[in-house]
Amino acid sequence: MLQYALRRILLVFPTLFAVAVLVFLVLRVVPGDIVEIKMTAEGGIVSQEEIERERERLGLNEPLYKQFFTYMIGLPRGDLGVSLWTERPVSQEIGSRIALSFELAILSTILAVLIAFPLGTLSALYRGTVLDYVIRIITIGGIAVPSFWLGMLLIMFAITFFGKLPPLGTVSIFDDPLTNLYQLIWPALSVGYRYSSVVARMLRSSILEVLSEDYIRTARAKGVFERLVIVKHGMRNALLPTVTVIGLEFAFLLGGLVVTESVFNLNGIGKLFVDSVVRNDLNLLQGLVLTVATCFVFVNLIVDLLYAALDPRIRYQK
Amino acid sequence: MAVKKQNSKKAGRTVTEDVLLDVKNLRVEFKMKNGVVRAVDDISYQVRKGEFLAVVGESGCGKSVSALSLMRLLPEKAATITADHILFDGIDISSIPMSEMRKLRGRRISMIFQEPMTSLNPVLTIGDQICEPLITHLGMSEEQAEVRAIELMAMVGIPEPKNRLPQYPHQFSGGMRQRVMIAIGLACEPDLIIADEPTTALDVTIQAQILELLKDISQRLGIAVIMITHNLGVVAAYADNVNVMYAAQIIEKGTASDIFANPAHPYSIGLLRSVPRMDKPRGGRLATIDGLPPNLMNPPSGCRFYARCPMAQESCAKTDQSLQETKGSEMHQTACYFSEKALKEGALIYETDVSVQGSSTVDKSGEPLLSVSSLRQEFSVSFRTGWFSSYNGSVKAVDDVSFDIYPGETVGLVGESGCGKTSVGRAILHLNDPTSGKIAFDNLSINKKSIALVRQDMQVIFQDPFSSLNPRMTIGEILEEPLKVHNIESDPEKRLQRISELLVKVGLYPYMSDRYPHELSGGQRQRVGIARALSMEPKLIICDEPVSALDVSVQAQIINLLEDLQRELGIAYLFIAHDLAVVKHISHKVVVMYLGQIMEVGEGDQLYGEPKHPYTQALLDAAPIPDPEIERKRKRSILKGELPSPINPPNGCVFSTRCPKVVAACTSGRPELLRVGTEHMASCVLLDER
Repeated sequence: MLQYALRRILLVFPTLFAVAVLVFLVLRVVPGDIVEIKMTAEGGIVSQEEIERERERLGLNEPLYKQFFTYMIGLPRGDLGVSLWTERPVSQEIGSRIALSFELAILSTILAVLIAFPLGTLSALYRGTVLDYVIRIITIGGIAVPSFWLGMLLIMFAITFFGKLPPLGTVSIFDDPLTNLYQLIWPALSVGYRYSSVVARMLRSSILEVLSEDYIRTARAKGVFERLVIVKHGMRNALLPTVTVIGLEFAFLLGGLVVTESVFNLNGIGKLFVDSVVRNDLNLLQGLVLTVATCFVFVNLIVDLLYAALDPRIRYQK
Repeated sequence: MAVKKQNSKKAGRTVTEDVLLDVKNLRVEFKMKNGVVRAVDDISYQVRKGEFLAVVGESGCGKSVSALSLMRLLPEKAATITADHILFDGIDISSIPMSEMRKLRGRRISMIFQEPMTSLNPVLTIGDQICEPLITHLGMSEEQAEVRAIELMAMVGIPEPKNRLPQYPHQFSGGMRQRVMIAIGLACEPDLIIADEPTTALDVTIQAQILELLKDISQRLGIAVIMITHNLGVVAAYADNVNVMYAAQIIEKGTASDIFANPAHPYSIGLLRSVPRMDKPRGGRLATIDGLPPNLMNPPSGCRFYARCPMAQESCAKTDQSLQETKGSEMHQTACYFSEKALKEGALIYETDVSVQGSSTVDKSGEPLLSVSSLRQEFSVSFRTGWFSSYNGSVKAVDDVSFDIYPGETVGLVGESGCGKTSVGRAILHLNDPTSGKIAFDNLSINKKSIALVRQDMQVIFQDPFSSLNPRMTIGEILEEPLKVHNIESDPEKRLQRISELLVKVGLYPYMSDRYPHELSGGQRQRVGIARALSMEPKLIICDEPVSALDVSVQAQIINLLEDLQRELGIAYLFIAHDLAVVKHISHKVVVMYLGQIMEVGEGDQLYGEPKHPYTQALLDAAPIPDPEIERKRKRSILKGELPSPINPPNGCVFSTRCPKVVAACTSGRPELLRVGTEHMASCVLLDER
């Protein structure tokens, strides 16, 4: 197990390196120029020389290999360069928002798992009954309804029943956990519903598949209590594909909540992403993609480790 | 033996004292979309304490379903089980609530399943799974249960039980997993073990180990066994009593000697006659039962065997006979109006064409059709052994194999799984590129390029008739394709004509060319596979386990067909199989392989009669013969242990690690293939010294 885990962890570094190189190269191919966008933003007329001077100042005229070199040297120290727009360090720009996105993702995952496990299990155990159909309607709804629309409904719900909106701006969870939770629970719910639906459907189908396995019949033939047959013999096997789905969805939440963030007026990674694309802020974009990719890699690592914990066949693989 | 009701248990005590299980009119129905299938139709039987009962029949006859219904393990929504009663030691298990049934399962009735590879939970340790019934039923603590689990594992012959306790199923071989299943079954010392095809997935030497173990332990502990199987040899070797099932009904039951020596139902007779026998001299056609079992959704009225029965009368189609006592033995019962006639005439009720005597003789004066010399096939393997180290090596799947096939000859290739027999076939066809060695076909040396020239003359029939036909093509299209590809018949009209002829030749009807593979039975699909091979008018057909997926009566049909075609067209076969009896029946010459090497080659009767190699002897010993008289007298030495890893084969003779006659010289070098008779060769050190 330890060997397996260490090997998985060591594999993270070459993966991240490859991502970093790829991101750098791909972004240089994208057309558009931040300097022009920035200087002509307010309708100003600027001369070609001024643009050139600005480009020089920002280091955009350096040869590509030099830019690449500076970028790669900075990476191990966590130096992602400077945002070409705000001229603040990229790490600071991301750092100030990633905590929020993380918190939202974790909260949504907790909600999703809490909802999905009972729903998926019940749906599988009572297959073909009214309960199963009701749950399946609920979960198909979760996949069909866009999260941001549900978000708007939730806001209206909050106004109607509580008479007030969660305060604007975000409070850190360490300063005022209650307000923070009250602010985030609504977006978490709107995202978590979809999330839980995906997980519940996955869980349902994998439980159904596992319950028709031969070893389940063996367990029943041994006279094991039906509850234990399902929990001990069934669930652990059914969890394997479900864990993958949970991991993938979680990683997606870190960078993909652009619309939901605007609906709830949250300053998360998603919004930053859109801004940096619109402004052609290569350094920031580079940092963002790299951050999200890193999260993906680490979530995958965790999923792999969970897999090994759940399934001895993976654990003992040499 | 009279059947006693539950409330009359006391009164009937003297008679029913030793009856453990009494099944009366058990019926199992499955609700399907388009009707109801009665998979088990009013069967009644008894099992006495300590009895070894075998239930035989072909696939779909309801034998497994009837066993699962005893345990009430069928899905409750889909299956409806009804019975007058199923008395297990006085308890009617057909009507007790599920919670009571659970207490019996694993405690007093255990079950062993067919697939050892999937019957154990992959994420729980072996120890966990053996301890489970002990903790559930006997209230043992975990420590107590572990001690008992180690005892049980030792009892079923698992080496180093203490170290293997915390291991997982994937670290066990198939045979070892089946031992674990038996240990689980025995854990609470039940009164009855139901074994559903326990050895079908295992090799013949492992099968013998497992069955001996089951027989030995059940006898020692006085446990009754119901064994479900399609293997008549296994029945003859181990069963006290036999139920023969056909189309959801028991059509004959009695002691093993009743059934094997004096079968009285035409179906039982046919079944026994269609099994090739390795203890009899070669020759003669197998008796076959024509046609297929009826569809159980709309079973015919009257006797269900009517359509296939050689002695059917019109009256048989109207009403069917229930089980009646058959003359001669009290236990023997048969469901046939003409059982007396069947009993008297036996096998004669099946017309076997005496004029055609077995297979043709081979003319070996000319050049061999196929000549394989020093064939080697290595596959590279690599896996991690440590942090940054890994093993890169090769498995010798085929190691220095040479043999010839003459025109019109059948060469059988036998051995257990992993012995390289399939790799030989694939190397000849160049489906895998052989590592080294020479293959000559029709005096043409075969290599990567020249194989294309002889593809037409060298055809292949695969094991699985289900997956070797494209499900999206009709039978006609499947047969037309090679004719088009090889440009044998360019005129579409004539092609269709040709396809019809081919279908007729393999015993199908021309109208079947519009059907899709799923509309045909397994046997019919295998006939299509043969027709496809024949369409090229080949000189050699490589048959890779062509009958192992088929039921015995269908297997006999296919074997007869292959023999007929050989007689008619002079085709040579390389017949790859693991069933020794089938190989003996069909082959002129038999090659025995073990771990990629040839152990012995010989003409069938000679090799089976006087095996010179200890491995051949062991294989023959392990294979049961479908005759209880012979089985009872037979002295067999059962091979111990399992096949060594082919990555790291033993030094010297590869068989030396399992050989009962091993001497010091065995490990020093690989023994050569020595001539011990005109057509008989074996590779064993002991022969050298002689």
